Amino acid sequence: MTIADRWLLPDGMDEVLPPQAARMEELRRTLLDLYYRWGYDQVMPPPVEFLNSLLTGTGTDLDLQTFKLTDQLTGRMMGVSADVTPQVARMDAHSMKRQGPARLSYCTNVLRAKADQYQGGRSPVQVGVELFGHAGEQADLEILNLALSSLQVAGGEEIHLALGHIGIYRSLVQVAALESAQERAIFEALELKSPGDLGKCVRDSVSDTTLAEMLIALAELHGGVEVLDEARSVFAEAPPAVGAALDQLESLVEGVRSAYPDIDLYIDLAELRGYQYHTGMMFAAYVPGYGQAIAKGGRYDDSGRAFGRARPATGFSMDLKLLASLAVEPPADDGIWAPADDCPSLRDSVNTLRSQGERVVQALPGQRTGPEQHRCNRQLMKDGNGHWQVSFLN
Amino acid sequence: MSKQLILALSKGRILEETLPLLADAGIEPSEDIDKSRKLLFDTNLPNVKLVVIRATDVPTYVQLGAADLGVAGKDVLMEHGAEGLYEPLDLRIAKCRLMTAGIQGAEPARARRRVATKFVDIARRYYAERGIQAEVIKLYGGMELAPLMNLADEIVDIVDTGNTLRANGMAPRELIADISTRLVVNKAAMTMKHEQLKPLIDRLREAVMSRHGDPTVSA
Repeated sequence: MTIADRWLLPDGMDEVLPPQAARMEELRRTLLDLYYRWGYDQVMPPPVEFLNSLLTGTGTDLDLQTFKLTDQLTGRMMGVSADVTPQVARMDAHSMKRQGPARLSYCTNVLRAKADQYQGGRSPVQVGVELFGHAGEQADLEILNLALSSLQVAGGEEIHLALGHIGIYRSLVQVAALESAQERAIFEALELKSPGDLGKCVRDSVSDTTLAEMLIALAELHGGVEVLDEARSVFAEAPPAVGAALDQLESLVEGVRSAYPDIDLYIDLAELRGYQYHTGMMFAAYVPGYGQAIAKGGRYDDSGRAFGRARPATGFSMDLKLLASLAVEPPADDGIWAPADDCPSLRDSVNTLRSQGERVVQALPGQRTGPEQHRCNRQLMKDGNGHWQVSFLN
Repeated sequence: MSKQLILALSKGRILEETLPLLADAGIEPSEDIDKSRKLLFDTNLPNVKLVVIRATDVPTYVQLGAADLGVAGKDVLMEHGAEGLYEPLDLRIAKCRLMTAGIQGAEPARARRRVATKFVDIARRYYAERGIQAEVIKLYGGMELAPLMNLADEIVDIVDTGNTLRANGMAPRELIADISTRLVVNKAAMTMKHEQLKPLIDRLREAVMSRHGDPTVSA
């Protein structure tokens, strides 16, 4: 065994050191407080569940992302949670069974089998909220508002919000009644926003020319808010669900604009992320300097069906590690340095200061580091009358 | 303020064909790329910079957002995977075919086929889809030698004219994919810089169109 074997961490696993750990904890509290003030109750899902409950209706991506182990007690397969959302959906559907809308928040460590360079490697800290039991766009707007507030609280600047709606593509391919291989080819071309490949696949498999034109147009329907107007004319003869999706997006755009006039809006009607579980509007938030989205969310109705209760659902999640890196400030020197002295009057002074919320670092006998190394800007010293006084260090 | 765009170009043959296309679209490097040892170049446009890197690195740069957009062969993109990338434009340059090939007249008889290639992922997927057990051997070049030295039964490689294959007594077998060069764009950049990117992509599309006709109709 070499020395490296003793300190090397597995790929994608990282430790959080000071001051970043304190920054993450501060942000965690701030966010959970924010959600609490909006009426969201915190839940703590278990770190490990049986695979059947973790992976129901979530698709193969999450399956590959989940670390698996055998339960020695039952012989059943268990998975380490890689995404909290399905767990919270299970809690809403089965464990809580609340009447009316349920608002839930969480902040939990998850593990991912595959490292993602951006989203916290293999050990991100997932923080987010879910709103169950309301199918209207008011619920979606509440989620959007919370996502944007979260980013602002975390110090995100020049936030860009990308909005899409899975219902548009879904209703078009439904009408087209494609074979699964054809649909897959169209899906892949559209995911790449490649009009050339898309045109070829669509012409090969969709005979209705109006429908074919609409599918091909999707690849270009992304950009500023004006895309929605463009989409109105492109989808004039589309199934009514497409028009309804555009109505929803328009009212969300309006809602976001009035609450957050500084946010840059981007519309992408061909966003297909999470096609297996998303059912309505979807969004992703970006900030400059980060090559990937830092918050993702959207509507995923009926995810609780497998647990006996199909309910409308919408929510978003972020990685706390990534979020904490948005605004990095070295912590201030704010402590008070106390000498290594076991005099009772010093102990009383220190206790008083600590109970007032001060950070007091007491030196240990023989200690060679001083107040500067322990982030102290003040010290406790005895004045002429034998009283302990706090004075500023130079 | 106009946002900066970084365009990653693939070195080598693709670069030779990319530069004239960029020039048609109004982007010219401010110095001769071939004569410089620099890797980062200014252009005639104040908000566009070029990086010239190995073809296989282009998807990585663009995917992770170090570059906003890039020019890469479809072969490299298929091997790398498309997560986080858009491919809005087929530049229709450096066209070739990705094929399997073997010794002329020989049948791939083994139950477990040994395949030499630098496209390891593509080869694995391709043979798996056909229900063929393949043992993929990663090589970095000179694939044609592998069957001759009995290192492999078959190779997966780029075929342009087929001259190298013939010169080594080999013949192409199955077509895996038609390859051409694509413009790729980072997803986050498309969201945050679409106002700069859209006109650039449109100009490139026009440049491609004026050479080949409508690029949305595949050849």
